Formats: sequence, C-alpha cells, structure tokens
Amino acid sequence: MESADLKLDGNAAGGELREIFGAEMTVVRATCAACGAVREMAELTVYAHAPGTVFRCASCDAVLVRIVRAESRVWLDPSGVSCLELLADA
Amino acid sequence: MERAAVLGRLTWLLAEVVEILPETPRVKSLVFSVPGWPGHRPGQHVDVRLTAEDGYQAQRSYSVAAPADGERVVLTVERLEDGEVSPFLVDELAVGDRIELRGPIGGYFVWDGADGGPLHLVAGGSGVVPLAAMLRHRAGLEQAGPAALLYSARAEGDLIYREELDRLADEDDALAVAYTLTREQPPDWTGYDRRIDGEMLSEVFGSPDPAATTFVCGPTRFVEVAADGLVGLGYEASRVRTERFGPSGR
Amino acid sequence: MAFVTRGFRGRRDPDDDGGRIPPGQYRTEDFPVLSAGPTPHTPVEEWSFTIVSESGEEAARWSWDDFQALPSETVTVDIHCVTKWSKLDTTWEGVSVDTLLAEVEADAAYITAFSDGGYTTNLPLEDVTDGKAWVAYGYDGEPLDPEHGGPARLLVPHLYFWKSAKWVRGLRLMDDDEPGFWESLGYHLYGDPWREQRYWGD
Repeated sequence: MESADLKLDGNAAGGELREIFGAEMTVVRATCAACGAVREMAELTVYAHAPGTVFRCASCDAVLVRIVRAESRVWLDPSGVSCLELLADA
Repeated sequence: MERAAVLGRLTWLLAEVVEILPETPRVKSLVFSVPGWPGHRPGQHVDVRLTAEDGYQAQRSYSVAAPADGERVVLTVERLEDGEVSPFLVDELAVGDRIELRGPIGGYFVWDGADGGPLHLVAGGSGVVPLAAMLRHRAGLEQAGPAALLYSARAEGDLIYREELDRLADEDDALAVAYTLTREQPPDWTGYDRRIDGEMLSEVFGSPDPAATTFVCGPTRFVEVAADGLVGLGYEASRVRTERFGPSGR
Repeated sequence: MAFVTRGFRGRRDPDDDGGRIPPGQYRTEDFPVLSAGPTPHTPVEEWSFTIVSESGEEAARWSWDDFQALPSETVTVDIHCVTKWSKLDTTWEGVSVDTLLAEVEADAAYITAFSDGGYTTNLPLEDVTDGKAWVAYGYDGEPLDPEHGGPARLLVPHLYFWKSAKWVRGLRLMDDDEPGFWESLGYHLYGDPWREQRYWGD
C-alpha cells in the first residue's frame, strides 16, 4: 500500500465532524493559523488512519485540527485554525 | 457527578438488505431499507458500522449510489483484496441481514442540479459511485444543463454501471460519457486507452466553462492528477470539487 | 452494545498464542501503516540523530555514517498498537538507546523523542534504558521503509507503539514529563498495553 493513498480529504471525516458538532461541517471554511490559507473543511487534507484524525492545511501541511475518540470521550484540538466561517440563516 | 453526553446527534440506524445486484466480478450494489431514513442528496455518503460478537467494530464510508427514494438506500461496494469490511459486504452479506449505518453525510461534494449549469464528472475506479448518483438524479429532472462524464478504469470488466451509463447517454443529447481503460482494452475498443491527461480532459469537456461545476472522485493520486489537470486547463479551482477514496474504501 | 452483524469477524487472527496478546488487542499478520501526516523522505546524507540536554543544548550528534558505525543489535519483539492490533515476532536492527545515552550525562527523569514532520512523544528515561529501546533502521532484514518510519524510528516495544516514534531525529532530556503529540490529546502519558493504558484516566 502506497502511503500516498492514506492521504484523504475532509469528506472522509464528515461523519465524525457531524457527530461532534451536530452540524454538517464539511462546508465550513477554516483559516490555517500557520499560513492563512482558507478552505472548506472538505478540502483539507485528512489523515484518518492513525490513533486519531488529523486535518492538515492543503497548502502548507500544518496541523489544523486533531481529534481523538475513546469510546464515549472525544478530545478535539482546534488550535491550528485561526478562524472558522460558517453560514447561518440571515 | 455524571457528565451528560453532549454528542451523538448523528444516530446509527439499522439497515436491512432487500436486494443485492452484482455489477462486476468485484463489485455489488446493495439495496437497503432504512426505517427512519431522512433522505439524501446525490454525492453524499453514509458511514457503515459492523460489530462482531465480541464487540470488535469496523467502520467505513460508502457513497450513496442512487438518488433519494424514501427508505431505500443503495450502496455500491468494491471488494478490496486486503479489505476488512468490503469482502464481508460483497461476499457474506445476504438479503435479510441488517447492518448499522448513519448519514447522510456531506455538504461539499453534493450536486442536485439546482443551478442548471453544466456538470462535469471525472471518475477513477469506484469513484464513479457518487457521480452515478448525480447522473441518475439528473435523469429524473425536468430540466437539466449539459453533462459529461470521463470514467477511468483498468479494464472493460471493471466498469461499473456500464450499460446504464451508455443508455443514459444514448437517450440524452446533452449527456456525454467517455471511458478510458488504462491497463487493457478489448479488441474493438474505441475509447481512450491511457491515464487521464490534459489533452483527454480538454477533448471530453471542451474549453473551461466558468458556469460548470466539476466533481472528481477516486483514489487520492487519481484525484490529484485529474484536479491538477483541470486547473492547468483553466478551470477555476473553487469550481472543481474533489473526493478522495482511500485504499480500503475510505 | 451496538447491533451485532451476523457473520462479521474482521481481519483478525483467532490464534492468541498463549498470553502474548495484551487485553483488548487482536493479533494481525499485516503491518498496518498509520500516519498523522505526510511521509518525510529525509535523505540519509541530510540525516542526523541528536541528544539534546535539558537546557536545550546539543549534547551529542551522529551523522548517518556515524550511526551506522555504532554497535547494533538485531532484536525480535512483539509490538502493540493502541488501535488494537498486535504483531508478534517482529525483527528489527538498530542501535540500543543505552549506547546513545552513554555519550551524555543522562540523569534527567524523562525524554521527549522528536521526529521529522514535527511528531513528538514523551517517555520516562528508565523506559528507554537497560535494553528496553532502540533506534531502529532495519526491519525484517531490510532497510526500514519510509512508510514504517525509515530512515530510522524509535522502538520501545513494551509500550503502545505510538511511543515508537517514526522518522525519529533525536531525544531531548527533560525534567518534566511533557505530553507529546498524542499524549496532549487524550492518549495516556505512559501507555502500558498490559494495563491497557490507552487514554487519560485509564
């Protein structure tokens, strides 16, 4: 198995994000705290084949979000994101 | 003091297999009846969870293969050689069995034709599944803009939904379907016979249309080559939507 | 419990092999690749291994050639990943961490291993000494593949395998047990598979 194929995108973490946030998060725009790139979460690079889920900037590879799931506990580190843009009803 | 659970807004539903449709030697479509299914949009996926008697669990994501139809959810699964879940779904699952699934999931890789613009689809292997859901949905619309699908597979026998895709294209002047077989081609083959490149994309989709939405789906490397190719031709990156499948499904 | 799926077993070897599989683990013959980021591809000409003192100063450094010249061992060990797979009788070639630490005054209580790509993991010093840990550059008789951590990775088989940092470039001596990449996000600071110390509070 080529390790290049382990690299997915935010679509793959859609269920996990939906479960945590209670909302469809793949369309939320996240700003990378390291390089400023703005992308919908679906477009972030995701490594899901790990002890946790890691979202990385598709431009600079910096870690944006990390999630660890243990039965009924979830740990979330969003510190790589400087800003989220969501749409709300006007 | 007990902490109340704050999570779990996406519930696991029990889905019963009502029909199994062989598609290719390694691929089957599984038709489920899912009580409580809220409906879905083309391009969305579900998470499937399997639990062994000792509690061991495995979870994978699969795109929904057909547009919303009440409680009916269709998944098309390819048996991966080293897979843990797909061999079970393709070889063991029988009509009447039940599995857990949750969804629908996804808001980015979704198309329901509302904008009426041209639809461009690029599929690598089993990446054709969510794109077929879009085309099946489009076929049911009263009015739809033009659409084109470029579908890459290793050999003719690996093409999923081949007859249906050809029929949809025959019945609709505004739909074009092109295939490329990268490893082997039958003797009378008139389609493409190489990996996707800029020239092929240009021939299939024409010059970049700013009103077009493009969806690319398949293994990671396929998606990146195709998406880079499209952007290289002048497609607006923000209108090229990608979904990467991993080596073991997703 | 969740709904049990008729007939599903998963890709697991039924043979437990007499007490060598820690609680909650399943034996596998595969060697799954887990990664939190892109695989680094540091050329050996640019590779070095350093030991950094508590104050942040470089206390020892080896180039790849220096490292290859050190006495090495071949060891066969069982490894246990927190994602529940265990692989028995894996064979590695590398340099004992004792050999490396012999070059420095190592009396700190803890170490943090650091890797290309930014990964870190923390361990008590006594868990990487006295023949318990290696910096391994060979697996199964071949040079260690980049997707499994090559050019070299830390190997600490008595703890969950996330402590065996891939693409390791050095050890920093620490006065405190500073949580690393996974330890800062829920994973147990120590990680003993035999006490099933997977997460905080276990």
